[in-house]
Amino acid sequence: MKYLSEFRDAGLVETLLAEIRRSVTRPHVIMEICGGQTHGIVKSGLDRLLPEEISLVHGPGCPVCVTPLETIDRALAIATRPEVIFTSYGDMLRVPGSRSDLFTVRAKGGDVRVVTSPLEAVRIARENPDREVVFFAIGFETTAPANAMSVLQAERLGLTNFSVLVSHACVPGAMRAILGSPKNRVRGFLAAGHVCTVMGTREYPSIAAEFGVPIVVTGFEPLDLARGILSCVRQLEEGRAEVENAYGRAVTDEGNRHAQETMEAVFEPCDRAWRGIGTIPESGLRLRPDRAAFDAERRFDVGDVQTEESSVCISGEILQGLKKPIDCPAYGTECTPDHPLGATMVSSEGACAAYFRYGRVPREEPRA
Amino acid sequence: MCLAVPGKITEIHDSDGIRMGTVDFGGVRQEVCLQAVPEAQVGQYVIVHVGFALNVLDEEEARETLDLLRQMEDAGRSEGASE
Ligand code: SF4
Repeated sequence: MKYLSEFRDAGLVETLLAEIRRSVTRPHVIMEICGGQTHGIVKSGLDRLLPEEISLVHGPGCPVCVTPLETIDRALAIATRPEVIFTSYGDMLRVPGSRSDLFTVRAKGGDVRVVTSPLEAVRIARENPDREVVFFAIGFETTAPANAMSVLQAERLGLTNFSVLVSHACVPGAMRAILGSPKNRVRGFLAAGHVCTVMGTREYPSIAAEFGVPIVVTGFEPLDLARGILSCVRQLEEGRAEVENAYGRAVTDEGNRHAQETMEAVFEPCDRAWRGIGTIPESGLRLRPDRAAFDAERRFDVGDVQTEESSVCISGEILQGLKKPIDCPAYGTECTPDHPLGATMVSSEGACAAYFRYGRVPREEPRA
Repeated sequence: MCLAVPGKITEIHDSDGIRMGTVDFGGVRQEVCLQAVPEAQVGQYVIVHVGFALNVLDEEEARETLDLLRQMEDAGRSEGASE
């Protein structure tokens, strides 16, 4: 068992697609939460192989895309300071702030370094005791335990030159916000598999019951995605609204307790602004008061940042499943990965980037 | 961002008080934090995200899923053949 090739078996995907075709009798709008799933779907072309009754809309599960402009501008201000080594996941570098991006800050001499793990940022802090090392701690519940671990490790090592700029988002609050909107058209969810690996499934039954929507925990390979869609379609056809786990090899109902404890030792829930969407109650994490010493926002007074969002970007509506990238007038013309107007065109998980990368052009796509 | 990849643990050690391990991703080896999977053993597969193992993969569950799907595929084939 390699846990990859087996779940890309084209024959089995076709079997599931045939079953989906057999099950469906009327239109359904299903949202995949996670941007990783969006990429999996667009890359494999699964959305085009589905019967036309099923419309997949793309959710807000792209941490880079929903990081508030204000936070990006703060990051840029901190990264510009000469005493700072600013460390970040690579995805963040080209995300446009109001006037610049981290990549440009680096080109102008800022010490911005890409890390693939938060513990790498701690190592850099240890190796550079005379510099201030800041880690841009973004991500969902999947990433929060690892980011929390970096704070605990810095504390254990007694590092005083390490801090984190926190922009953590949590999925359930966003699902509630999407479902509670008067404009909502989502009738079923593919829940984000790796968020559930950490958190388990306990947050979902109340959402499924309150809003009458099926929620199916779904993985990322074509087989996983097709299986999640089939479970969701069957529930919708049968009028059920239950929580199902179609990613059992990686997800248990209780999730990973150790990872949850690490997270809880460092972060606490808070309201949070989502770029393009607005503030959602209880949908974020911030440092607990007893970890305030690691808070980059307190350590570096970057003052009031004046944000300025692109006026044409409709990524907020895309992230809520109201529109698709091809509905954006700037898509592929004014806005491309080389000249992004919004974060959804830059991030490896952004819906606009996925559409662009896999060559989706407006006239080919039926408007949703 | 939530990309997480399965890999096989080839070795486990302690580094500055943290449970770490070497994980093989189809030939590419990386240092991975195993702090959240204290039960994980050499030879098992973990799902790894930003250098942090999120869980040990459940092999039995994976096999059952694939078996079920193959049965579905076979059933579909024999149905197709009899049409
Ligand atoms: S195509 Fe560009 S401008 Fe349009 S929604 Fe996507 S990121 Fe924003």
